[in-house]
Amino acid sequence: MSNSSAAQKSVVWDWLTTVDHKKIGIMYFLAGLFFFTIAGIEAMLIRIQLMFPEMAFLGEQTYNEVLTMHGTTMLFLAAMPMFFGFMNFVTPLQIGARDVAFPFVNSLGFWLFLFGGLLLHVSYFTGGAPDAGWTAYAPLSTTSEGQGVDYYILGLQVSGAGTLMSGINFLVTIVNMRAPGMSMMRMPLFTWTTFVTSMLILFAFPALTVGLLLLMLDRTFGGAFFDIGLGGNVVIYQHLFWIFGHPEVYILILPAFGIFSEVISTFAKKRLFGYSAMVFATMIIGFLGFMVWAHHMFTVGMGPVANAIFAVATMAIAVPTGIKIFNWLLTLWGGRIKFTTANLFALAFIPSFVLGGVTGVQLAMSAADYQFHDTYFVVAHFHYVIIGGSVFGIFAATFYWWPKMFGYRLGEGLGKIFFWLFLIGFHLTFFIQHFLGLVGMPRRVASYLDGQGFNEMNLISSLGAFMMAVAFIFLVVNVIVSRKNTTNVTDPWDGRTLEWATTTPVQEFNFAQTPLIRDLDALWYEKMNGNGKIKAAEPLDEIHMPNGSILPIIMSSGLVVASFGVIYEMYLLIALGLLINFGCMFVRSIKEDHGYHIPVSEIKKQGGES
Amino acid sequence: MAQPAHTLPAHPEKATLEGKNKYLGFWFFLGGETVLFASLFGTYLALRGSTADAPGPADLFHLELVFIMTMLLLTSSLTSVFAVISMKKGSFKGMIMWMWLTVALGLGFLGFEIYEFYEYNHLGLGYTSSAFASSFYSLVGTHGAHVTFGIGWIITLLIRYRKAGITLTNASKFYTAVLYWHFIDVVWVFIFTVVYLLGVGA
Amino acid sequence: MSHVDPSARLEGKASRDTERSLKRETKAQIASFVFMIFMTSTAFLTVASDAIPTGFAIPFILLLASVQVIMQLYYFMHLNSKGNAWANVMMWSGLFVAAMTVASLMLLIGVTKY
Repeated sequence: MSNSSAAQKSVVWDWLTTVDHKKIGIMYFLAGLFFFTIAGIEAMLIRIQLMFPEMAFLGEQTYNEVLTMHGTTMLFLAAMPMFFGFMNFVTPLQIGARDVAFPFVNSLGFWLFLFGGLLLHVSYFTGGAPDAGWTAYAPLSTTSEGQGVDYYILGLQVSGAGTLMSGINFLVTIVNMRAPGMSMMRMPLFTWTTFVTSMLILFAFPALTVGLLLLMLDRTFGGAFFDIGLGGNVVIYQHLFWIFGHPEVYILILPAFGIFSEVISTFAKKRLFGYSAMVFATMIIGFLGFMVWAHHMFTVGMGPVANAIFAVATMAIAVPTGIKIFNWLLTLWGGRIKFTTANLFALAFIPSFVLGGVTGVQLAMSAADYQFHDTYFVVAHFHYVIIGGSVFGIFAATFYWWPKMFGYRLGEGLGKIFFWLFLIGFHLTFFIQHFLGLVGMPRRVASYLDGQGFNEMNLISSLGAFMMAVAFIFLVVNVIVSRKNTTNVTDPWDGRTLEWATTTPVQEFNFAQTPLIRDLDALWYEKMNGNGKIKAAEPLDEIHMPNGSILPIIMSSGLVVASFGVIYEMYLLIALGLLINFGCMFVRSIKEDHGYHIPVSEIKKQGGES
Repeated sequence: MAQPAHTLPAHPEKATLEGKNKYLGFWFFLGGETVLFASLFGTYLALRGSTADAPGPADLFHLELVFIMTMLLLTSSLTSVFAVISMKKGSFKGMIMWMWLTVALGLGFLGFEIYEFYEYNHLGLGYTSSAFASSFYSLVGTHGAHVTFGIGWIITLLIRYRKAGITLTNASKFYTAVLYWHFIDVVWVFIFTVVYLLGVGA
Repeated sequence: MSHVDPSARLEGKASRDTERSLKRETKAQIASFVFMIFMTSTAFLTVASDAIPTGFAIPFILLLASVQVIMQLYYFMHLNSKGNAWANVMMWSGLFVAAMTVASLMLLIGVTKY
């Protein structure tokens, strides 16, 4: 039977055992920021190495390791977790829920991601990080010396399991836990993109799981999947990786689309133009995301018909994306636009991302791709969509939701300096790389010779990278010096959606009474047609809350132990790790934990009455 | 208040929000599992001709054995259906009995599978013998691991709730375990068709 | 204020309506089980018998497998009952991605060019 209240806990223990979606969201965001910093430093090392011809700053092996870790960390451990942080924090608030559907699983997902990420980084200290690129193509990865690639495989496997769980969690939360009146077509666009992103995670990550499993079986257990001598075929890995990998890049861009939709409509003081078209465009992008993976493999030799089909499917994605671009522009049209830092990132995103989109369509032409493939043109393309799309989205969201998450506003002055430095640095770094690619510089090379016409362009590119690094320092300074801006944090932007109707800091139960949603942009509707407060859908009553648990950390460490067992082929360690993991699952299964109830008096004391 | 709440609802597995969430989340998980198994099936189909110098499907597979295994698993699927029907009828004893029967049939299946792998290994098909061998053992082995996990899961539930009666909490737990068990059977239908029947017949 | 105790034993029998529909369901489930056994045996016999040409046998047993899986999903796992729209969406999306995956790994691994 449930207790009437939670026991008092120390702060550290509270954060380690928390199942509160807001705390988990903050931890996701901070952990993502930590890995973002590491991957950013790796990017700087790469650009220093390529600054001048025949530099000997990093050795070739180190360069390969840093390059691999930069890509892997940025995609799996920085961008995705930071989005997960916002999704965790904001989505339940936007749909008027008290928590996610599976609070325990939510916590488990976070700790698996964190431990997987840390496991991957242990490789730096044990004789070499993975060096086969973030794609880890076989046979390069299966024949790579040392344990680096094993760390890659296990690290991603562990953190990938966490991601999959989080995806299912978001899906069920959005389907089952919307407040009364919040129909699917009244959900804010960020919630919609969270939903579609989670679907992509659900169907894409199992393919990665199998791809990594096959690599592991080949490397550690003598499998013959990619061993040509025994009849293996390395193209299988490429398919599996990209069946996951292409949806993965949409997992990275769709939440950003959602963020921009929120930010642009808030700061243009207008309802989002073409809401339903935006929703359907999101779904179509999600669907097409699964139909185009082989455009990463045009030069493998699948044949002209196969290439043509995937080329056409890829170009088709430009249509829903174009719909979105025009809808954002038309939302801005005639709006009372406020140029806050968050909005500046959203506005800068539009032209930057269009540039990346255009080169995407160029790359989709399979015949032309034979020229572009494996050159800096590709590098320029994907940095334009990932930085110009995802990273701008993350920064816009950081400035937009920071007051709600951390209880103070980031300074606008410093924010704008950060924005302009970052924007100029970004274009300086990557625009020129298109031309580097076109004149023939291959990607993933540790150095280049003098006199090939690469020198100036590489130098300019590196200078741009330094500018981005300086910009990032401005963000860090901003985070530290703005801590005194604690006024006006409840609804600083005159928001439109439900998360701005909560108190700051948000109470652990989010809403004292489940809100009643009367229209799209629920809060804005009440501001215009009501008294500015969300109506309640239920009388004030006790609130049921889940208990925290330490099991997620123990389970995650169990898997890390098992991973070490696989990496170093110590079977006892594998058994021990799995025993810990399944033991925790067993305990969780047999121990019924029904949480506790917050009494009405306590809710009133926390200022929850409306 | 307390009295009507504890009477048996028509769908005890979905009577609470927790139950509804668990039910839906588990279906979504199964949707993802479909892709996981498809990736392994695809790998197997790509590599099934690559037998190198090791024995191939036609040298190894015995339809009699596979037929018995199929019947065991199919029947266990039916017994788990009966368990759910008993649960909805409010017959706790019936549910427990059918679930134990499901476990027994599952154990039978697992026994045959272990025997089968042992036998193939004996006939010269080690895990590292050929690309076919690796993909065959990985596909069928992953299914076998699912069976093992399912048996462990159901036994845990059976022991934990041996005297509890049907409750709102354990109804959804038993129900999701049964869904999982059906899914195992669904995968096996494709395995016996694609791996064994096509292996012998084509 | 009282709460539903989720670990309390549920008392009583199912309502008469439920009882009746469960009886009907039991019959339907047994019928589908028998049909599945029949389909499985047909598939095995098709392959075991030398009289049936391979060109026919392969698509035929694949068809039988598909029908059987659909029956499992819709009868044994109750995808056909009300309120399962989202479960259907995710299952079919999964099957769609699964089909693409299997097809590409069978056809597009660079052995035969298309």
